Amino acid sequence: MRAFRLLVQRDLRLAFRQGGDAAMVVGFFVLTVILFPFGVGPEPEILARIGAGVIWVTALLAALLSLDRLFTADYEDGSLEILALSPLPLEAVVVAKCLAHWIVTGLPLVLAAPLLALFLNLDAAGYPVLILAMLLGTPSLSLIGAVGAALTLGARRGGVLLSLLILPLYIPVLIFGVAAVEAAIGGLSFRPHLMILGAFMLAAIPLSPLATAAALRQALE
Amino acid sequence: MRLSAAVLPWCAIATALTLGVGLYLALFVAPPDYQQGEAVRIMFIHVPAAWMAMFVYGNLALASAVALIWRHPLADLAGQAAAPLGAGFTLLCLVTGSLWGQPMWGTWWVWDARLTSVLVLFFLYLGYIALVNAFDEPTRGARAGAILALVGVVNIPIIKFSVDWWNTLHQPASIMRMGGPTIDASMLWPLFLMAIGFTLYFLTVLLIRIRTAIIARKLQVLRMAELEPDEDFAGARSAS
Repeated sequence: MRAFRLLVQRDLRLAFRQGGDAAMVVGFFVLTVILFPFGVGPEPEILARIGAGVIWVTALLAALLSLDRLFTADYEDGSLEILALSPLPLEAVVVAKCLAHWIVTGLPLVLAAPLLALFLNLDAAGYPVLILAMLLGTPSLSLIGAVGAALTLGARRGGVLLSLLILPLYIPVLIFGVAAVEAAIGGLSFRPHLMILGAFMLAAIPLSPLATAAALRQALE
Repeated sequence: MRLSAAVLPWCAIATALTLGVGLYLALFVAPPDYQQGEAVRIMFIHVPAAWMAMFVYGNLALASAVALIWRHPLADLAGQAAAPLGAGFTLLCLVTGSLWGQPMWGTWWVWDARLTSVLVLFFLYLGYIALVNAFDEPTRGARAGAILALVGVVNIPIIKFSVDWWNTLHQPASIMRMGGPTIDASMLWPLFLMAIGFTLYFLTVLLIRIRTAIIARKLQVLRMAELEPDEDFAGARSAS
């Protein structure tokens, strides 16, 4: 448990000392969302209609953008091999790295989302559900993304390949994330959607580290 | 190799026969549907293609599991040989479904649960093919692809049950369901023949592809063996 905590702390410290990572992801998120009013026109009704979808799609892309940093640096300087040799199981290493990744990139996305919802004129009833849905959904994004990031370690054109592998797997999170917000705005029950998002996260917490650790092992062979 | 060489011609003949008879029955003998008219004949391609898309993915996942657990090189080859075929069947399924949907539903494409999950299956096949070819070292690509194939298995039950879970445009299962099929025998038989024909076609092309891959690898080994003395010579010269 102590090793786990130290690993999370190390990754967080690295991220904050190097800086930039979280800021870049949030910057990309905000800028891309701001493009939409220019693209589809500034009419408040249209923006309110597409707002939830735009925020979720952009959050997926922003999460994707940061994924190739998850293992690459450790893979290149050899720390990943040391981590693999450590007494901590590789699966736990993956969970620790995903947790740090989520704190650095997922959490800022959740915090930035209400501001963007304001820009897009989202209905007030959608705000709490949007934040809740993103809190439940973004950990799944980090966890599913870790599988792709581990699989494409050392691949040619890894970044493009990563998006080809991971975006199809992100679709369920997107569907239920948007459905929850739209249900709340429409005055329907949003609980089932949030529960399914939570179920995705609970399923991803044990399953994704298994696949990721297997992928890392074959990358280190 | 010897077994596959013996089986291959028979497979090819059986494929041609069943596909030929199946197509004849489907296109000329089977009656037009009382609602769908002649467009129902698209179903004789569409449904077997959809079955094959899932069946091939099952095979791919099975081969991947065997490759990861027992490290059998033939399983890797089988998976890599099956993936483009599966992608082809999935594409065929999507295209014929779209052609059928235009007159029947009045639209080429809807974001229905079944359609979306099959589209995801198509992207999984493409991702597998891209990942396998993305590494300089073929064994790494094969290993990574196998893991991806196993991760993608979650999509298969979603496709199968999507029509029951979400009640959208795509009609629910009418053949593999409790209480027997709901379609008439005059349409069921051509459909089964087509399904068998598609499976045999898959088997034939799969065998050809695996044989080609094995021969290509043997050729590569022979070429390497031929080159080796020269390389040693070059190495010795640069060392001195």
